[in-house]
Amino acid sequence: MYKLKKQFLAGPYFIWMIGFILLPLAFILYYALTTADGAFTFSNIAAIADPVHVKSIVLSLKLGAICTLVCLVLAYPLCMILSSFRFRHQSFVVFLFILPMWMNFMLRILAWRLLLSNNGIVNSILAAVGIGHIKMLNTQTAVVFGMVYDFLPFMILPIYNSMVRIKPETLEAARDLGAGSFTVLVKIIFPLTLSGIISGVIMVFVPALTSFVISDLLGGGKVLLIGNVIEQEFMQGTNWHLGSGLSVVLMLFVIASMALMNVFDKDGGGTAVW
Amino acid sequence: MVKKWSERIYLGVIFLFLYLPILVLIGLSFNNSRSRVVWGGFTLKWYASCFTDETITGAFFTTLQITLAAAVISTLIGTLAAIGISAMKRKNRSIMLGATNIPLLNADIVTGISLMLLFVKFMNLGFVTVLIAHITFDIPYVILNVLPKLNQANRSTYEAALDLGASPAYAFYKVTWPEIKPGVFSGFLMAVTMSLDDFSITFFTKGAGVNTLSTMLYTELRKGIRPELYALSTILFLFAFLLLLVMNRRSDKQMTAGSF
Repeated sequence: MYKLKKQFLAGPYFIWMIGFILLPLAFILYYALTTADGAFTFSNIAAIADPVHVKSIVLSLKLGAICTLVCLVLAYPLCMILSSFRFRHQSFVVFLFILPMWMNFMLRILAWRLLLSNNGIVNSILAAVGIGHIKMLNTQTAVVFGMVYDFLPFMILPIYNSMVRIKPETLEAARDLGAGSFTVLVKIIFPLTLSGIISGVIMVFVPALTSFVISDLLGGGKVLLIGNVIEQEFMQGTNWHLGSGLSVVLMLFVIASMALMNVFDKDGGGTAVW
Repeated sequence: MVKKWSERIYLGVIFLFLYLPILVLIGLSFNNSRSRVVWGGFTLKWYASCFTDETITGAFFTTLQITLAAAVISTLIGTLAAIGISAMKRKNRSIMLGATNIPLLNADIVTGISLMLLFVKFMNLGFVTVLIAHITFDIPYVILNVLPKLNQANRSTYEAALDLGASPAYAFYKVTWPEIKPGVFSGFLMAVTMSLDDFSITFFTKGAGVNTLSTMLYTELRKGIRPELYALSTILFLFAFLLLLVMNRRSDKQMTAGSF
């Protein structure tokens, strides 16, 4: 009796969910599967095979994969070091490493534009030491830089959280039984942090794959990711049906990458986003 | 000893990577020259013009309104939803949670576009549509923060209170509320941070004339960089620092570090 009444408390959310989560998805599917005059078609979905779109999705996958790999390589040793510190202000140190994430996303991009621009600070330093100018802004490298900077904390947090959960006794036991540091890393630490790694990879790869702002502002319109193509279809072009079709394909890529990662995640602990 | 030093150096390098851009922004905000590399003396004039710039202050207040309204409404709906969901049978619960995960896992650009497609059918894009969109992506964070607290709570205590004659509202206030309060609070804070930082969803659901800080900055950045934006960055960085410090203190009190 209590339970039945209690369930009705979810009523407002249930209505909200249908109206603003499920209905919009139905809308985007409808647009994706129809032409401008309402006839059913698969051509908006099939448009992904268009060479221009193939090129941008391949580029998105490539830059997303590079960004994820760089984040993982940077974050894993960092988390190992941070979690091995057992001093009083440990939480404050971790706090310092995630603080930049709390600054407005757009301002962080602004900062990199300043640093990388042709008359910017990095180039001034390079010129001062005699290396000379390097064109950095408006390249793919700049986009990857911006992505790594923006998404690195998403890799640090889950890995760090899974790392501090390892009991020091477990590591001591392994060492007492004769394991060297490399064996401890490969056989103990790595498997125990695997779910954290997987969450981190998903949390970095998905936004990197679907981003359009970073490539727009740091790539100067020269780096066309699939997100940029979709954005242009809606904001500059008028073909919302094509844009919806490409969005649905993008959604499938996101779902596929998550499913792929979940195959590796045997204990299922990695799906918690935070 | 060598290991310790190499660890410190590694931490230092990453730390520099994370903070150098921010330090540059802060430095430039006090620079009495429009140049990005030449130091023209100390000034506060960019702060003064930042506070009087209507584009910036307008976007700031819109952001504040949307963030707070969205966080309050989503905390309310989300907390009620979490209580309802926790009382559901297994099957219904997993359906509800599955739908709740959609905005969390879906790409922001797809969420934004799908909401826009819905909105343009029934109303004009503007402040209200941005608010609805923010509430929609905030609610899941509230639910995911409150639900674990409800699952930890002892269910029979609430029922015992009812059996002993407490009204449901009184029993909730005296028994359930103290148990879920930390979860509600952290859900609220997370909703605030998500709303503050959102760009993509706002970008697609806002009409002409409505701008949050993120969308205003996007337009400005495409035009070129004004020094007032450095001042704005410094202010927002301090704001984020204080906000996170409060959150950090709370989580320190509640549990071990690092779990936000």
